Amino acid sequence: MKDDVTREDRVSNLKGLGCSRKRVEDARFTQGKGNYIDDMQMAGMLTGDFVRSPYAHARIKSINIDAAMALDGVIAVLTAKDLEPLGLHWMPTLAGDKQMVLADGKVLFQGQEVAFVVAKDRYIASDAVELVEVEYEELPVLVDPFKSMQSDVVLREDLDPKAPGAHGPRKHHNHIFTWEVGDEAGTNAVIDDADIVAEASMYYHRTHPCPLEPCGCVASMDKVNGKLTLWGTFQAPHVVRTVASLLSGIEEHNIRVVSPDIGGGFGNKVGVYPGYICSIVASIVTGVPVKWVEDRMENLMSTAFARDYWMKGKISATKEGKITGLHCHVTADHGAFDACADPTKFPAGFMNICTGSYDIPIAYLGVDGVYTNKAPGGVSYRCSFRVTEAVYFIERMIEVLAIEMNMDAAELRRINFIKKEQFPYNSALGWEYDSGDYHTAWDKALKAVDYDGLRREQAERVAAFKRGETRTIMGIGLSFFTEIVGAGPVKNCDILGMGMFDSCEIRIHPTGSAVARLGTISQGQGHATTFAQILASEIGISADSITIEEGDTDTAPYGLGTYGSRSTPVAGAAAAMVGRKIRAKAQMIAAYLLEVHDDDVEFDVDRFVVKGAPERFKTMGEIAYAAYNQAIPGLEPGLEAVSYYDPPNMTYPFGAYVCVMDIDVDTGVPTIKRFYALDDCGTRINPMVIEGQIHGGLTEALAVALGQEIAYDDMGNCKTGTLMDFFLPTAWEVPNYETDFTVTPSPHHPIGAKGVGESPHVGGVPCFSNAVQDAFRPFGNRHTNMPHDHWRIWKTANDLGLHD
Amino acid sequence: MTKQIITMTVNGEVKEVIAEPRELLIYVLREKMGMKGPHVGCETSHCGACTVDIDGKSVKSCTMFAVQAEGANITTIEGLGNPDALHVLQQNFKEHHGLQCGYCTPGMITRAHRLLIENPNPTEEEVRFGIAGNLCRCTGYQNIVKSILSAAAEMNAARPSSSDAIGQKTTEAAE
Repeated sequence: MKDDVTREDRVSNLKGLGCSRKRVEDARFTQGKGNYIDDMQMAGMLTGDFVRSPYAHARIKSINIDAAMALDGVIAVLTAKDLEPLGLHWMPTLAGDKQMVLADGKVLFQGQEVAFVVAKDRYIASDAVELVEVEYEELPVLVDPFKSMQSDVVLREDLDPKAPGAHGPRKHHNHIFTWEVGDEAGTNAVIDDADIVAEASMYYHRTHPCPLEPCGCVASMDKVNGKLTLWGTFQAPHVVRTVASLLSGIEEHNIRVVSPDIGGGFGNKVGVYPGYICSIVASIVTGVPVKWVEDRMENLMSTAFARDYWMKGKISATKEGKITGLHCHVTADHGAFDACADPTKFPAGFMNICTGSYDIPIAYLGVDGVYTNKAPGGVSYRCSFRVTEAVYFIERMIEVLAIEMNMDAAELRRINFIKKEQFPYNSALGWEYDSGDYHTAWDKALKAVDYDGLRREQAERVAAFKRGETRTIMGIGLSFFTEIVGAGPVKNCDILGMGMFDSCEIRIHPTGSAVARLGTISQGQGHATTFAQILASEIGISADSITIEEGDTDTAPYGLGTYGSRSTPVAGAAAAMVGRKIRAKAQMIAAYLLEVHDDDVEFDVDRFVVKGAPERFKTMGEIAYAAYNQAIPGLEPGLEAVSYYDPPNMTYPFGAYVCVMDIDVDTGVPTIKRFYALDDCGTRINPMVIEGQIHGGLTEALAVALGQEIAYDDMGNCKTGTLMDFFLPTAWEVPNYETDFTVTPSPHHPIGAKGVGESPHVGGVPCFSNAVQDAFRPFGNRHTNMPHDHWRIWKTANDLGLHD
Repeated sequence: MTKQIITMTVNGEVKEVIAEPRELLIYVLREKMGMKGPHVGCETSHCGACTVDIDGKSVKSCTMFAVQAEGANITTIEGLGNPDALHVLQQNFKEHHGLQCGYCTPGMITRAHRLLIENPNPTEEEVRFGIAGNLCRCTGYQNIVKSILSAAAEMNAARPSSSDAIGQKTTEAAE
């Protein structure tokens, strides 16, 4: 066969690993032809809308739906009483707790779902919501977890105060769990005897993932064939199907769950919300499709929040700065129901990654979960489970220790990094870090920003400020993070009992193109582009000839979904493995066609060649055709395969970030002068997509660090229910980021990739916060809590006497 | 509530639609006229996902009643380019990775289109200020800004003389 294309051309035609392939999703998105949940319209479809509680804690005396039902166009109004016979007035949470679907006798947070109106259109539904009369009796409100743990007021009357919860004994009727890792006595002994001890208490405030598209679904019960179809904004559609089956009693093969295009998730769309259950019930009752899409206020007030961790730390070190021990206690405010989205055995997620990137010989972590009258949740907002909290904690502890020792924080980090030769590294709190080269990354980052020069500039600025020549001070924010992503090994990670593997199946068509389906679902990450690149390099078919499909449980293999940066580490691995299965069969076909032994051919980019005779080959296209058009002895026809991948370990991406910030002490306005981000996510699949993920994650980090907060008053009123109050940065506030990288492949991942989507958020939040705090360090600051909005920055300046 | 017949020009076609006075333009466009490009993100004019172009201005269609659009000339993302001939902005958003989940994209491009008519040769700062009414949660804006600046450069390079408002010309061509 004539072949005048060079090998280099063949590699580049594949658009495989390492190529900044343009996204295949963009054609439809740029033309407004995406298909999001609210785009769905079906004949006879009804609209659902919630009556929500104005009170944070109240008993429900009565609900009168008569006036609402009398309104023309109202089909039904569901309350807990209607759901109770079906056993659906409560639902299990992902954290082993249960949550009211509709208020059962009382409400526990403002915005809680009380009744579900089903009407002919959204306007009639809204009118009917106003007409539902609910009589409340107010109860004392607890919004502070520390007061909640002291209070006689029982929030969860449904729970036996003496009985253990899902994660062991409960200390108090408003206590959820205690989770402990590490050696407390040993850690305390080390800290008590240490040369240097630094302490800090920090509050990682409550915030919210707030994707631009809110949550929603369309439920359609087809009574003719007995099938329920549920379309929705689900980051884990297969798990939703299993949960829907378990809750409704409908056999799983009769439920189809579909995630269409999703307008951002960031953790908000992992859990199951009352709107989904109510829509399903309403469709079963009415026999027609029912749509429920929340508005922005409902999204911010009732769907899963993130963080709300009160963290107390102690860190000890030798006089030379070598860290000897770390103690951390967290009071975790979970709101009214523990609706964290964590693997079952980890009630505080992977908070025990809080020893960070440092070789800390002994450590202890204790977490107490507490109920309050706030919205339920505790999801991982653009991070693997609670990793943002852990990394913020350790990166602040390092800074506080540096202050205690009067030492440079960059140098303190360098002294304590886990060394390259220590990997795989077993941390004091139980993780096996797969790989890393922290010193190289750190040195590269500090050199890139001319760290010493920055410190000189900062010192000059402090001097100028003290001389009264400027009212602007300068901060240098540092952070070095290690993430733990890609949950996870089935042996220790599950969601509601489902092991956290993931999957890919592929079918090669006779003419050499292919369709591949995975158990994950993109919410903007670009899976249709990047998974095809992994497959292209594995099977020698151009990424442009591979269609990627996700999110339809009737067609895709079972998988645990997309969150916790697990798509590349787990489903990406499954894609690589399924490609290798295809290649193995292709090798046999090629050998048959070339009339040589299987071992006498080898794979080369897009073909199998006879070893030592590269002019004798069969392309993957030829091999695919042969799989369908001729009988090959000993082989089944066709060319397809499936792989379920159970990762042997998590992956541990890391990175080094530096932020240079100016702060106007009189207005409290911070200006980001420079942000440098070095990420090591192992093998890089698509540099363009990686860079985009980093820009986005950093911007969400900027938001959280500098103002984004879900705040409550003492009455439990949510004060941040609109985008007027809840900070989403605009293009005006966001800087240009400088991105950089090192490559330390994961030793256990088939292609060495580690995941990257959440790294910039995890590393970015402490970096922005450290920049603010570092600016005030020369004036005596040790620690101030986020979010560093203008008022709080001004207050810090004022407290330090900078306005005197 | 009494319904009214509203006449408006949408993407160059004169259309009649029946709606109650309280119906918001965004829902009428999306659900009664099939223009699903503009999205609903907040219903309070903050996010800009619903941005459309009305009589030469960028308008957040979630806070305008459909009846207020009587007689208006409306352009949505569907009116900017088509599968055979993408608008320069659409091409550049793809080229420079100016989108991820795509939810803000139609509003963002529609806004950028008007911005480049108002200011065919903007600085980066002017672009950032000009799109500050459109929120994006995914991209951090860096590549959106890059896409818009690149589109402006491309449109200016194609422009026959410097006095033309090239954005308008391109729009006409696309329509």
